[in-house]
Amino acid sequence: MSVGLEHYLILSVVLFSIGLYGVLAKRNAVIILMCIEIMLNAVNIALIAFSRYVTPTMLYGQVFAIFVIAVAAAETAVGIAIIITIYRKRDSISVDDFNITKW
Amino acid sequence: MLDIVFWILAIVAVATALGVVLLKNVFRAAISLIFLFLIVAGIYITLHADFLAFVQILVYVGAIGILVIVGIMLTHDITHGNPSSRFRLPAIIVCVLLFCTLTFSIVNTPWMISDLPPNEPTTAFLGEKLFGTGGFMLPVEIIAVLLLTAVLGAIVLMREK
Repeated sequence: MSVGLEHYLILSVVLFSIGLYGVLAKRNAVIILMCIEIMLNAVNIALIAFSRYVTPTMLYGQVFAIFVIAVAAAETAVGIAIIITIYRKRDSISVDDFNITKW
Repeated sequence: MLDIVFWILAIVAVATALGVVLLKNVFRAAISLIFLFLIVAGIYITLHADFLAFVQILVYVGAIGILVIVGIMLTHDITHGNPSSRFRLPAIIVCVLLFCTLTFSIVNTPWMISDLPPNEPTTAFLGEKLFGTGGFMLPVEIIAVLLLTAVLGAIVLMREK
């Protein structure tokens, strides 16, 4: 059986599930940020697979993937800045200690 | 030929993603993440998305990978910094359920596969789509504003009081 759309989508789902597990079950804030990147990459794979197999001449999926990459870059920059700011305040990057806004 | 390449890339991608989640050393997890980004660029090439493969290497491997490593270096706790929280078991259950649901729906959906040959190289077509009439000019400009906002936000957050 040759590789088709389903294979890419299932690969994307596997990566997305691993990323979701990391986001839900990890304490280190940097690891959580990395797992969000894994999830965004998984979505990009799905978008480009749809673009390749369903609308090969339109390329809309690749355009969306470009926007996802741009938003991911912005998200990482702000996320790392927030984590380092909280680390300066709390001396920890465990999300269990990130309760500054809790009252 | 393309099938063998896909299977190798897929297995290595899943292995490196598991490495990010399971490795105890945060720095090794970051290296594993950068390998995953490279592998995903290879997967884009198998999907005839050459421009996006280079964008992936430039933005993810070059910028985001370095940013994550700098973030790890600026915070201590590298060697034992990847513990699981008490939600480990519920998280595994949620992820397996999500995987089963999505895989079931993917396998049982009749996808409309097109037989047309893909555009290649994609760079000119993508430029036409992004900047041409009837394209995505407004979102491109909004993305520019978003990136500027993110840079300013990061600077404001990191500024020493």
